[in-house]
Parts: sequence; C-alpha cells; structure tokens
Amino acid sequence: MRPEFASPSSSSSSSADRRLNALVRHLATASMVSQTAVAFSPTSGFHGDSVFSHVVRAPEDPILGVTVAYNKDPSPVKLNLGVGAYRTEEGKPLVLNVVRKAEQMLLNDKSRVKEYLPIVGIAEFNKLSAKLIFGADSPAIRENRVTTVQCLSGTGSLRVGAEFLARHYHQKTIYIPQPTWGNHPKVFTLAGLSVKTYRYYDPTTRGMNFQGLLEDLGSAPSGSIVLLHACAHNPTGVDPTLQQWEQIRQLMRSKALLPFFDSAYQGFASGNLDEDAQSIRMFVADGGECFVAQSYAKNMGLYGERVGALSVVCRAANVASKVESQLKLVIRPMFSNPPIHGASIVVTILKDSNMFNEWTIELKAMADRIISMRKQLFDALRARGTPGDWSHIIKQIGMFTFTGLNSKQVEFMTREYHIYMTSDGRISMAGLSSKTVPHLADAIHAAVTRMS
Amino acid sequence: MAIRRAMSGRIMDRTAVVGARYMSSWWRSVQPAPKDPILGVTEAFLADQSPDKVNVGVGAYRDDNGKPVVLECVREAERRIAGNLNMEYLPMGGSVKMVEETLKLAYGENSELIKEKRIAAVQALSGTGACRLFADFQKRFCPDSQIYIPVPTWANHHNIWRDAQVPQKTYHYYHPESKGLDFAAMIDDIKNAPNGSFFLLHACAHNPTGVDPSEEQWREISHHIKAKGHFAFFDMAYQGFASGDPEKDAKAIRIFLEDGHHIGIAQSYAKNMGLYGQRVGCLSVLCEDEKQAVAVKSQLQQLARPMYSNPPVHGAVIVSTILSDPDLKKQWLKEVKVMADRIIGMRTALRGNLEKLGSPLSWQHITNQIGMFCYSGLTPEQVDRLTNEFHIYMTRNGRISMAGVTTGNVKYLANAIHEVTK
Repeated sequence: MRPEFASPSSSSSSSADRRLNALVRHLATASMVSQTAVAFSPTSGFHGDSVFSHVVRAPEDPILGVTVAYNKDPSPVKLNLGVGAYRTEEGKPLVLNVVRKAEQMLLNDKSRVKEYLPIVGIAEFNKLSAKLIFGADSPAIRENRVTTVQCLSGTGSLRVGAEFLARHYHQKTIYIPQPTWGNHPKVFTLAGLSVKTYRYYDPTTRGMNFQGLLEDLGSAPSGSIVLLHACAHNPTGVDPTLQQWEQIRQLMRSKALLPFFDSAYQGFASGNLDEDAQSIRMFVADGGECFVAQSYAKNMGLYGERVGALSVVCRAANVASKVESQLKLVIRPMFSNPPIHGASIVVTILKDSNMFNEWTIELKAMADRIISMRKQLFDALRARGTPGDWSHIIKQIGMFTFTGLNSKQVEFMTREYHIYMTSDGRISMAGLSSKTVPHLADAIHAAVTRMS
Repeated sequence: MAIRRAMSGRIMDRTAVVGARYMSSWWRSVQPAPKDPILGVTEAFLADQSPDKVNVGVGAYRDDNGKPVVLECVREAERRIAGNLNMEYLPMGGSVKMVEETLKLAYGENSELIKEKRIAAVQALSGTGACRLFADFQKRFCPDSQIYIPVPTWANHHNIWRDAQVPQKTYHYYHPESKGLDFAAMIDDIKNAPNGSFFLLHACAHNPTGVDPSEEQWREISHHIKAKGHFAFFDMAYQGFASGDPEKDAKAIRIFLEDGHHIGIAQSYAKNMGLYGQRVGCLSVLCEDEKQAVAVKSQLQQLARPMYSNPPVHGAVIVSTILSDPDLKKQWLKEVKVMADRIIGMRTALRGNLEKLGSPLSWQHITNQIGMFCYSGLTPEQVDRLTNEFHIYMTRNGRISMAGVTTGNVKYLANAIHEVTK
C-alpha cells in the first residue's frame, strides 16, 4: 500500500501545509520501514520496490509549458507569444552575426582546448562583464571592490548569490516585486532564503504602484534583501523613472536594505547598454554594496549556452576577495566550474572594439524591432476601436507586454485564435511580426468585446 | 552623458552621502575560504616558474607531450555543428538525443530498461551537477535518509551532499596496508548500515585510490546491498578510462541491474570525451515503470529549474553528434583506448623506474590500481617536499594523476619520489 501524496516541498508556507508535510514524512518513513521488514530478509528475494515510488508528477512549468502546448497545435495561424526568446520578422530564432563570427574564430583557433575553467570562470569574461554593467570608469572597479564570478546565465547567478546570502548574511529574507518572473521565488527558496513581496504593479493603471512600493520597502526590516529588476521588468514591462529610482535608492540606503539586481535585458530596454544600466550605476555611485546577476541569454542571443555573471560590489577590496573565496565554496559543490563555450564567445566579442560595435548595432536592431511591434499593435487596436486604454502597450519597456487581459480572455484567445501566451496576460513582443500583428489585434479585440 | 552628470550631481546630496558613509560592509565578518584542495593545486602549479615543474594534480588527461588533448572526433563534431545551429534554450531536462545515447553507454546498447522507458534521466552539469541534482532529489523525497560515502573519495563528494543537507556517513574502502580494497570491512559496513541507506559507489576507476572491486567482489557487494534494501548510487566519471573499453567499465552497473536494483547513475563526459569545461553529464534514476520515470524526471527538472533553468547546449550537441554517428562513435572508442593505454603504459614505466632505482618499498600498487589516479601512499609531508624541492604538484593525499606523467618526466618523477621515500 503506497499512499499518493504531494512532495514535501518547501514552497507552501501555511502552517496547515507544514503540519501536513510533517505528517506525510512520517507516513513515508513508516511505509518504507514496513516494506523493509517484510521484503528484505536475505531469503525473501528482491521485490523491486523503488524508494521513490511515492514521487508524484510535478506540474508543467507555466512558462515553458506554453511552448509545449503551442507545438501540439496544428493550426497554420498559431502564434507563440510565451517564452521570452527573440524572433525575427520571419518568426525564426536569431543567432547574431557577430556571434557566428566569434564562433568561427574560436573554431579556427587550433590552440584552444576544452580544459576545466577555474571555479569562478574565465577571468577576462568576469572583468569585461563587470565593465559592461558597471561602466568602464566605475569607481568600484577601479578600487577593486567588485568580485565577479561566471555563472549559468541569470538563473545561475541569482542562485549562487542567494546561496551565499543564506550562508553569510544576517538577514535571510528577500523582498521580490509583485509580480515577478515565475522562477524567482523558487530560486531564492531553494537557496535557503525566505521570500516576501513588495507592491510593484498597479493593474488599474497598468503602471507602477510607486506609493505601495515605497510603503512596503519602508516597512521592511533593516538589512533585508530587495530584488530589483534593473530594466525591462519581467513580466510587466513597467520600469521606475530615473527620479523614482533615486527615491528607491535613498529609501533603501537609509534602511540599509541590500539591493540584488537582476539584469537580464541590458540593451533590450532602450536599445542602449549604458542607459539600461543606469539604475545599477546609481546605486554603485553612492559607494554602497549590492549584488548583480547578469545574463547574456537575450542581449547576445546566447540562451542555451547559459552565460551569465554574478557581481558583488563591496565596500573594500579585501572584502571583495574574501567574498570571492566563499562564492567558490558555493559553486564547487553545485557544478564545479562553469561551461566554457558561451563565455568564450562573449569574451571574443567584448574585447574587440569592432565586434563590440557590431554587437551594439545588432542589439539595437532587435530592440527597435520590438518597439516597432509595440507601435503596430497599439495602432491596430486603435484602428479596430477596441474598447479600453491600450497606451500601456507603447509605454511598457522591454520584451514583454502585460496586456491586462485576464485568464478567461487568454483562454479564449488560445481556443479561438490559437494565440499562446502565459495565463497572466503577458505576451512576448519578440514573437510578433508585421504579418501577425493583425491576427493578434483581432484576437484581443474579440476577447475584450466578447469576454470580460 | 547628460543624465549621468545630472545624476552624480544629485549624488553629492548630503543625505545620500552621509547614509552611505555610515554603512560598513556587510561582509566584514566573512572569513576567507580555504583553497579547494584539488583545483588549488593547478593554481599553484601555474604560478610556479620552474622549467622542471610537473603537474600530476588534477585529473585532466595530457598527451605524452604533457599537452591537453581535444579528441579528433570532437573537432569533427564541432566542425559539423558550427554555424548550423541556433542557441535556443534546451528543455529543462536537457538534450533528449544526448540523454538517450548516454543511457545506452551505461545501461547497454539494447537495454530492455531503456525500451521500457523505466529510466528517469536528465542532462546535468557534468558529474558534479549530476551528483548534486541527485543529492537534492534525495533530500527532497527521502528526507530522513543518509548517504554512505567511501573512505577515501573525491573530496567534492562530501561538499555536494553537505550542501544538499543530506547527512553523511562513511564506509571502509581503501586498505592502506595492502594499498588495495578493505573488502571485509566494506561488507561489514554495508551490513551494519540501517536498512534502506543510500550508498555512493564509484562504478570504475575509483578516485582517488584507483582501487576497484573485482567482478566477484562486485557480485557480493550487490548481494549485501540488496539484502539490506539499500539504494545504490553510482558515480561513473571514468567509463572507458579504466580498461579502455566502456562496456567492460560498466560491468559493476550491469551486475546491479541484473540483480534487480533500482539504481541511480551520475555520468560525465569530462574525461572520456575530453569535454571538461563544457560541463556535460547525465543523471539517471531507474524506476519501477514508465509512469514513475515520468514523475521522477519531472521532479528532477523542478530541481534544475531554480538552479540553472536548463543545461548548456554546446557540449551536449557535441556528444549527441558523435554518439549517433556510427563512424564518429567508432573513432571515439579508438581515441578513448589510446588515452587509457597511454596511462597504463605510464604506470608500468613509473613502477619500473622506481624499482630500477632500488627503492626499498613495494610499488606494485602503481600497476595494480586502475584509471587515472595512483594512490601512491606518500604522506602529506612527502608531498610537500616533492612540491617545494622538486616542483612536483599533486594533492596532499598522495594522489598522482597518471595522465600528467609522460615519457619525458617519468624518470624525474621516479627520482623525486625515491628521494623523499628512501
């Protein structure tokens, strides 16, 4: 008799769930023991019971599951606006020309080997990544107060940083914006931090709930960690203005709140790398400390190569070096050392000024195409006289638009128009083209007028 | 530019500066961490300026010129790949094709278990990542379990299960007096462990000792583990490197499968395909049936998602390109044998040189031991002398990476070892 029950995972926090989980663990042990007593005398033979038979199937990832559903749909007009991966006007994935060039250069360099990288990754990669996000003239870099370690894209950088904080920081709570990328809470929870939220998005205005943000951060215990999206907030596309960033900075520094930046879209928001790093640089300029997780998945199109970096800005150089040594202790039992291929491509591009320029041009082209899709969708809805204010489509920033459509409307659009998006109403603008905008506009129009 | 100047003007605002000045570092109390005992060796080696320096520290293969090797089959695979693939995200479980081919290596080309879809498997970050995913999975779904780890073992094994918060115990393995296997004590430990314990086993080419159980001994180990209902988890980082034949090197695993165990396996392509820095590996868990395998795989993915979302694509595509092309696969098998044979040759040479020097000690274990490493029996003090006086780098447990030995340095190495042990 093997009871089916939910995995004793740590994601639910209610006390009832905790008691249930404790009970469940006792049941698991008891049933294992009784099976052991019956089955495992040397003469009874092996009955082939697995110790993992109680494991139940996990639900599909809500974001990646959208693509799974899309792939199953036979409709010729289907549209995938789920995962945030850039697509061309032809709806194809894009490998940047400058990336192909770098790849070829690496391939042709016969002296290259595939040896283990150091635990912290490629030193040049780390230096160049820090320069990219903090600025070449950053005082923190000049003063050797930054430690940067290569990690597995944004996810990996967040996880390594969070594990370090769970071990070495006096506050184990991180505040994340409401809403945020679906994977954020899991990353921090598994790292050993407890997760709270701060108000961020206002559904009525489809903009920022700035008052709520200030109140929630203002009432957070001193020293708490605060997750900030450096630019192009995912999923809402709503970013603070520079003035609002300054207010956030002052509030956080006055309460000694520790900033943990997630920078997954540098260059994608405005089309300009330095502009998109302003929020981070503002914090670094005041001499204080912060964590930054950087990803090259989108802005260099390196998605599956898993290239990213975690930087910790400290107040003193010797502190930065101690922090780095402890980061190594987090990394070694997780994956030993990071993958070489993608980071080598990044180094090749960033250290060559011609290739760097080529990259900024291709990056701007991607950002511009997305901005043009925003305009086209907005115009299309206006032309149809779709009820409601759709100006947020052109106000929001980055790869995603938080449409404001509810889950019933989303379901309707999937069913009747074969539009695939996450149920929170988020669409990836990168998945649109001039050809498909009219179809999406029709679908939104229908959803809004026929379903509320 | 203008924005930045305006911002820095605002930064000079008194309140902002005062707030920042009174903040001390959060990390002042952070202690400098000790250097990694294995990877720290290479760091020290690289810093050494001596022309005689020898690195027999980390287990990365070197050719007879002491140079790292990129296999020809790997170069060919990369030529085919370059420019042809996009870099889209892999699924959370990694490359399906790569995983399929990898399971065949471990479970057998025509394994019924694979056909019956009973194996939950995901691409992992080389052997380390596979062990860590399993340890996290073990913690989550068997939270009261503990892991038994051999003495000695790869140092990072302890770190992995510790960070996964799984309590560890040890079992006897290496017998220092004979420089062989402490078989009786190992069996005792298996018998005395509480029923249903988890045991970490090195499938072949034990790291760091090079001491492997014989086939008969594996059968007995399997029998006693079965009798106690223990879970057998294999770390297979050297398939192909032990004997030169991957099928032979999987013998222990095949014995356990025949005996009906539901095992777990961590596989790595770091050494046997020379893909070290690409971080390519696989974690598999044999389940009762397809339904359970689907459930277990989904849960493994739930652990991978908050760690790195999905694994790196490049190395995985190299592996699947090679293993799914019969000619490339043949070439790979040839190249693995060349590497294994060179190491076996170096074992013979090192032992021969030491005996020729008239060393009073027995060096039989050098040729008895298997795989990349030789557990020399040198003490930490002797190792320090080797480093300080002879610029020879190895881990302080006396483990010599035979892959770092060449016809060019074997005499020098033998001399130095003789000097510190005579």
